[in-house]
Amino acid sequence: MSLIAAAPALPLHQAGPYVAAAYIVFVVLILVYVAILALRVSRTEKDVVALRDELDSREPTDDPDPERERVAV
Amino acid sequence: MRTALTILRKDLRLELRTFETLPAMVLLSLASFVIFHFALARATVDGQLAAGVLTVTLLFAALLGVNRLFVAEREQGGFDAFLLAPVDRTSLLIAKATALFLFLIVLEVIALPAFDLLLLGSSLGRSLGGLVVLLLLADLGIAVIGTLVSAIAVQTRARDLIGPIIGLPLLIPALIATARGSGPLLLGHGATFPQGKWLLVLALYDSVFALLAYAVFDYLLED
Amino acid sequence: MLAPIYSRGLRGLALATVATIGVALGLVFFYAPLDADQGFVQKIFYIHVPLAIVSLGGYILGALFAIGHLRTGDRKWDMRSYVAIHMALIFSVGGLITGSIWAKASWGHWWVWDEPTLVSYLIVVLLFATYQPLRFSIEDPERQARYASVFAVVAGAFVPLNFIAVRLAQAYVHPRVLAAGHLPPSMGLTFAVSLIGIALLYVTLWKLELAAKSSRMQVRRLRREVLGDTAVRPLGRSAAPS
Repeated sequence: MSLIAAAPALPLHQAGPYVAAAYIVFVVLILVYVAILALRVSRTEKDVVALRDELDSREPTDDPDPERERVAV
Repeated sequence: MRTALTILRKDLRLELRTFETLPAMVLLSLASFVIFHFALARATVDGQLAAGVLTVTLLFAALLGVNRLFVAEREQGGFDAFLLAPVDRTSLLIAKATALFLFLIVLEVIALPAFDLLLLGSSLGRSLGGLVVLLLLADLGIAVIGTLVSAIAVQTRARDLIGPIIGLPLLIPALIATARGSGPLLLGHGATFPQGKWLLVLALYDSVFALLAYAVFDYLLED
Repeated sequence: MLAPIYSRGLRGLALATVATIGVALGLVFFYAPLDADQGFVQKIFYIHVPLAIVSLGGYILGALFAIGHLRTGDRKWDMRSYVAIHMALIFSVGGLITGSIWAKASWGHWWVWDEPTLVSYLIVVLLFATYQPLRFSIEDPERQARYASVFAVVAGAFVPLNFIAVRLAQAYVHPRVLAAGHLPPSMGLTFAVSLIGIALLYVTLWKLELAAKSSRMQVRRLRREVLGDTAVRPLGRSAAPS
């Protein structure tokens, strides 16, 4: 089915770069976004690890029985 | 409705006493006409070119009015007083939009003859009626969007900037209809009434945004 | 009340996206016939139009979430709206660039005013580009969210009106592949698969972004609780919902 042309079509070897460019733009946009997200996720991961570390290194201060007193080590 | 009328009367009285906004709008329009005369370097303009000049000039004059619309409320605590009053909040929208609409009409009463004299070469006669109808519909749209945008902008930090950058894209359909609708009217022996489709677009635009503004305005005033 | 888990179902969604886009690319380059007049250049159609359509859908989605936010006052709807519009803007940039490339390849100019769809699209993007500056200019987070939602609703209603007005304004319409109305079935299938693929991509990225944001917020809260108020740098002014 013929579609109405608005201008002469480019021959294949000339059209190739344009089509490639369009799809490359699409891929690049996705990849840039993935990279940004990767940066954010790595920061969050570091924070979570630091939190875990902090919690592990704390003394067991949440003593279930507050009446008990530590008198000697 | 009575609240809206009260606020409207307050704004009109304020304008009549201080003459802040309207003279500025008129002067801006007249200055624009002069600038266009020199920028376009023609004895007269007609047709679509004239329509473009007229539309753009009216738009920028309207923006002046839009920027000033809520300033008094913001700076003198009018918003707080209004929120405390046991009234329907959308009456503020109706009052301000009507005020802006009236300002635009007064502006056009002065600017159109000036436009005719300065740039059109006094050829407006026959198509004036059609042009007025078109401009009335356009003014309605500008008034609604202008009020909405002004209410949003007045609470931000970059007050004078946010209003225009949001308002201009929103107004584009109305401006397209105004410019394209008035083009044939401003030809020497052109049409006397705008094409139906432009009036329809403006009517649709006005209805949709008037209803929408009515629906969302409350949320802008919450504390 | 537990925060929603945005990454639920994300893996399946991502796999579906990859599969669909993979199939779409195969169809585009190995199955869809060459257009009789535009030739190989017409292949851009399969990436440009889905990007544009999905981005417009994204704006409408943002408007719908904004309505949810205004009606419930729950800020999580605002976050969904924000991410929807943000993502749609990114897709729009892709749509505009690919559209421009197609224009250059088809008609020799990087931009053409004769294409009502492209022009309407530019106007819509110009409007939504003001969304973030608007948010940034309002400091109070609750007010920022509310005003942004009002804007999103108005801007969403604007989209169809804008297309109508611009289309009416064209003196003549350059027949476009879709406007011509008759796509051969093989092209139609390829287009449909591409559209679904891009739509899935949008939803995947939307969920991903929300998951990242939500985690970030939870971690901030945890840091404040565990390490004290001083461990958390104040957010300062920000356009993003917090």
